[in-house]
Amino acid sequence: MIDLTGTIEPVRAIHGGVVVLMVVGLYVLVARGNLIKKLIGLGVFQTSVYLLYIAPGKIAGGSPPIIADGIVTYSNPLPHVLILTAIVVGVATLALGLALVVRIHEEYGTIEEDEILDRDDPA
Amino acid sequence: MMHREVIPRVVAKLLIPFLLLYALYVQFHGELGPGGGFQAGVIVAAAVILYALIFGLADVKRIVPLRLVEILVPLGVVLYAGVGFAGLAAGGNFLDYFVLDPDPVHGQERGIFWVEVGVLVTVSSTMTAIYYAFAGRGR
Amino acid sequence: MIADHLPALQVAIPLLAAGICAMLRRSVPAWALATATSLVAAAISAWLLARAASGGPISYRLGSWEPPWGIEYRVDEANALLLLLVAGIGAVVMPYARRSVAREIAEESHPWFYASYLLCLTGLLGMSITADAFNVFVFMEVASLSSYVLIALGRDRKALFAAYQYLILGTVGATFFIIGVGFLYVVTGTLNMVDLAARLATVEDVRPVVVGIAFLSVGLGLKLALFPLHYWLPNAYAYAPTVGTAFLAATATKVAIYLLLRFFFTVLGPSFPFAASPIPAIWIALSVAAIILASIAAIHQAGIKRMLAYSSVAQIGYITLGIGIGSEAGLTGAIVHLFNHAVMKGALFLLVGGAILRGGDMNIDALGGLARRMPATFAGIVIAGLSLIGVPGTVGFVGKWLLASAAIEQGQLWLAFAIVGASALAVVYVWRIVEAACFRPPSTEEFAEMPISMLMPAWILTALCIYFGLDTSLTVEVAGRAAALLIGGAAT
Repeated sequence: MIDLTGTIEPVRAIHGGVVVLMVVGLYVLVARGNLIKKLIGLGVFQTSVYLLYIAPGKIAGGSPPIIADGIVTYSNPLPHVLILTAIVVGVATLALGLALVVRIHEEYGTIEEDEILDRDDPA
Repeated sequence: MMHREVIPRVVAKLLIPFLLLYALYVQFHGELGPGGGFQAGVIVAAAVILYALIFGLADVKRIVPLRLVEILVPLGVVLYAGVGFAGLAAGGNFLDYFVLDPDPVHGQERGIFWVEVGVLVTVSSTMTAIYYAFAGRGR
Repeated sequence: MIADHLPALQVAIPLLAAGICAMLRRSVPAWALATATSLVAAAISAWLLARAASGGPISYRLGSWEPPWGIEYRVDEANALLLLLVAGIGAVVMPYARRSVAREIAEESHPWFYASYLLCLTGLLGMSITADAFNVFVFMEVASLSSYVLIALGRDRKALFAAYQYLILGTVGATFFIIGVGFLYVVTGTLNMVDLAARLATVEDVRPVVVGIAFLSVGLGLKLALFPLHYWLPNAYAYAPTVGTAFLAATATKVAIYLLLRFFFTVLGPSFPFAASPIPAIWIALSVAAIILASIAAIHQAGIKRMLAYSSVAQIGYITLGIGIGSEAGLTGAIVHLFNHAVMKGALFLLVGGAILRGGDMNIDALGGLARRMPATFAGIVIAGLSLIGVPGTVGFVGKWLLASAAIEQGQLWLAFAIVGASALAVVYVWRIVEAACFRPPSTEEFAEMPISMLMPAWILTALCIYFGLDTSLTVEVAGRAAALLIGGAAT
């Protein structure tokens, strides 16, 4: 992906980053039993989407999208606006998720998934 | 909290007014440069949270009571929706800013201004409410 | 004049009401506001459906920005029917809510509950009405975040963990959805659905589109609880407060199904050869698995709400089966069954919620004596249960009949057998309720009929179960035209 002898293909590097973040996030989400670690995984997973959207917004040689004399190529501002919304959604999700974890901890005294399931149905 | 630590207390007292001023700058500079209600709201909340960290939750709740915060969270949403209805009342579509002023460009500016105020109110109070909810637990 | 703005008001009024509701400190004003808003929203949606049926699709430009740059709201018969369903269920459930919420939720949380309900209504209506793919995501998250709150307010501590699981899986679903939209956006540069459909037809490199479809399908599959992605659903429905369960079960998954229809047929349909792809085969296989396995799971549940939740997974299987068949008749069946299932499941959850409130227990065994002590409730459960089985004369029959005939039309006789066979499984689990209610010894505790304010809404939905089973003009004809519209693409 990244050729250390000099040439870097930025698009490939970014897409590689997207895939790595996505897979790491999903792995943490599935493999960890700790409810907070799951939320961290969810955050990493969502971050991959931010990158996926923002990267194609940059147009080679384009300036920031503010109208000025002598500039013909502008980068696309729309992905940034979309992802600003997505980030806010992500913050809201994280806050609600953590609030639920706090309440779960108050009720169950643990934030490990398997212990919570054990406490509800003691086998 | 840090009742006997002189330096953090003095620094915080010096810093908080400037934090709030900076938040206002970011807020009202949003149409011209990087900034806007989201960023400004977070800075306002940071000022409140800094005060809480230094002087304690009880003190900050005397200045910014939970009751006020819980009113402000929906108030920003109502303000935002209100701008939408103002567009309707002025004869345009919902969220139409062009009709808010005889000059359409100025109308856009006016619409964005009030929407950003709504965002500031909701974001700053939401962040504060989240802090209150977590900091008030387990005591 | 105001009539031109109704598409925006459909979403804006619940949003504004949610904000005001959260500022109210008292239970009764908050409930009154939520009820009034639901009624207004239902009236608006009925008007929109009538307008869309007579005058064709309505387009509304938010902020007067031209599509495809601005966000467009677009109402045609397909989503107008859904708007009516969502707002109508809200309007029926809310009068029931006052007594029910007072019993199940702590007094100080009532305004927050109603505010969350209104936000959820806003989100679901917004998801249905908007023609902008990213706007769909925003409304999806508005609806999801508020529904997590609705579930977490349940009495049992298990509600918290159910809400957490739904939060994780729901967010993954929404994120998959938005990744899929991202791929479509990268190849076309547009987010407006009509524009997307037009531009996708000219795309030469279809690989990103295929990847996008895969993400979209999995994301929406999670949201609509397609087997085997239904893991979050049973617990979420079982432990949420009754009002939350009835509202979400009748609406939330249905809106996700509508989005799937919209994306598969309107946006991708004109350019993507679905019939030649393996997608229909996968959908049919998963749907049949859902119908049979979830029905069997429902038979083995001890809790009555869990049983109904598994039955929902099975019924969603019927709906996705119609999507898998993919013909116009299949889609008509899917849309009709979507509408009908919402009505009967809404009725069942309201009735069963009332029974649980009186009996105080979620287990089926605890329903003993229900038939004698709560005859009106019991009669409603029997009618809605027969409808769930698909007895002729009820709504369940209409949907299953259309689906089975669509399958036979396509030469897939075995699907028709699967539909009929799974109905036999439904007989088993509905019978369990009836048996417990009629023949089990009543519990020692004295309990009487539900109050009239709860019985009325439940019986309105139960009556609709029969009405739409006999008079199919609204559902089948509108659904037929909606299916033609979806398949015909957005070329209007």
